[in-house]
Amino acid sequence: MKFLICLKGIIWRELLRFVSQRGRFLSALVRPLIWLLVFATGFRAALGVAITPPYETYIPYSIYVLPGLAAMVQLFNAMQSSLSMVYDREMGSMRVLLTSPLPRWYLILCKLLAGIVVSLAQVYAFFAIAWLFDDQAPGLGYLTVMPALLANGILLGGLGLLLSSLIRQLENFAGVMNFVVFPMFFLSSGLYPLWKVREGSDLVADLCALNPFTYGVELIRFALYGQVDQMSLAVVLGVGGMLTAAAIIAYSPSRGLIRRK
Amino acid sequence: MTPALEVSGVSYHFGSRQALDDVSFSVGPACFTALLGPNGAGKTTLFSLATRLFDCKDGWIRIFGQDLRRRPGPALARLGVVFQQSTLDLDLTVAQNLRYAASLHGLGGREVDARIERELNRFGLGDRSHEKARQLNGGHRRRIEIARALMHDPALLLLDEATVGLDVPTRRQLVAEVHRLCREDGIAVLWTTHLVDELDPDQDRVVLLHRGRVRAAGSADEVLEATGAAALDRLFDALPEGPGA
Repeated sequence: MKFLICLKGIIWRELLRFVSQRGRFLSALVRPLIWLLVFATGFRAALGVAITPPYETYIPYSIYVLPGLAAMVQLFNAMQSSLSMVYDREMGSMRVLLTSPLPRWYLILCKLLAGIVVSLAQVYAFFAIAWLFDDQAPGLGYLTVMPALLANGILLGGLGLLLSSLIRQLENFAGVMNFVVFPMFFLSSGLYPLWKVREGSDLVADLCALNPFTYGVELIRFALYGQVDQMSLAVVLGVGGMLTAAAIIAYSPSRGLIRRK
Repeated sequence: MTPALEVSGVSYHFGSRQALDDVSFSVGPACFTALLGPNGAGKTTLFSLATRLFDCKDGWIRIFGQDLRRRPGPALARLGVVFQQSTLDLDLTVAQNLRYAASLHGLGGREVDARIERELNRFGLGDRSHEKARQLNGGHRRRIEIARALMHDPALLLLDEATVGLDVPTRRQLVAEVHRLCREDGIAVLWTTHLVDELDPDQDRVVLLHRGRVRAAGSADEVLEATGAAALDRLFDALPEGPGA
């Protein structure tokens, strides 16, 4: 029972912080919507997307890009959570969390889950607005996509947690944007199908195929159509589990993460 | 009687710099103990070890007999902590801050509402529960932090330089309030400070830390005798390398 109350408390705090930071909420929504409404409109004419699973017919580019943008929302949210972990550590409020009598690994998992819940709220808000603009997936898909979003949340949240343990100062966070967020997003199947990328460059296509984010996008893409892409599921959960385990080790008292400050 | 806090043979170093060297002392139940030392004495390092932000590898720390490294859960459950830096969520209300802290100790539901009311009333802030922490002044924020540390009824309260940045009257009030907690509620207190005037020389125990070592421990008179200082406010002058060394 104590464990559940603690989880609830951490999620509740994360949601309260999210709601109180309206700028964060707006930018989380505006970013993918600009991609969807501007970028996708421009590319609609230039890019034809052939019939590839899970799609059963020709689709407009804006439909293709929907799962990638949902994953992007989660990616930015995970980086925002990571940033706030570094901030909390510098400002000291992380210490309040870490002096809880519950096991340290559990507290870190609670933080991870809280970040995922916030990212789900953002993704569904994004889906809702996209739906208004007629960029829609099958109705049931919005339900079946939830486990995929959870799994992708573990992958990206685990990465964010690990990064927060590696970054010593808030100022170093710009590097994360340049070296993690942008390559992860652009070197993935989020914006273009891999076969299309391969037409341009084998190397870039190979890099995309090595990027775990690609599998997160594909997992979401298939789940939106009620299907499970098992390879993607295995990669997302496998890599996500490893990243989370590494973050838990990094935050253990014997590793003395806080000590470095 | 089991001490509230036992620190035994604790050494710690950051790379080649020795922060703590074979530190041992104890804090009795319902006893106010001042951990006194100039800046750089190792107080904050000791505080971090005692709150298990990181593990101590040499020596051990026990809270009411529970080894902090081997049985961190039961040890931390009896510990309330106020950190040197303010750790309130400024965008959350006072009540939300307290509720969050309670949840970290597995406390929820209506019981927490009663505790929030109790703790805020204790510090005369019962009417501030719905204000954002950002709206409070420094003194009130500190009181809220102490109230937050008391939410789970700890038997030992650790405060790290809790009066930093406060004006003199607020500082005096806060010191008096924490002494009252000790006297009336039987809470053991370890009060970390470099300000000698925060001590009650007749009542408080003193642990004098300097350059990572305990130079003297006991009542104020015993510490004066051990260091050869003429008065408490000359205590740091009597340390081997002079003030701030």
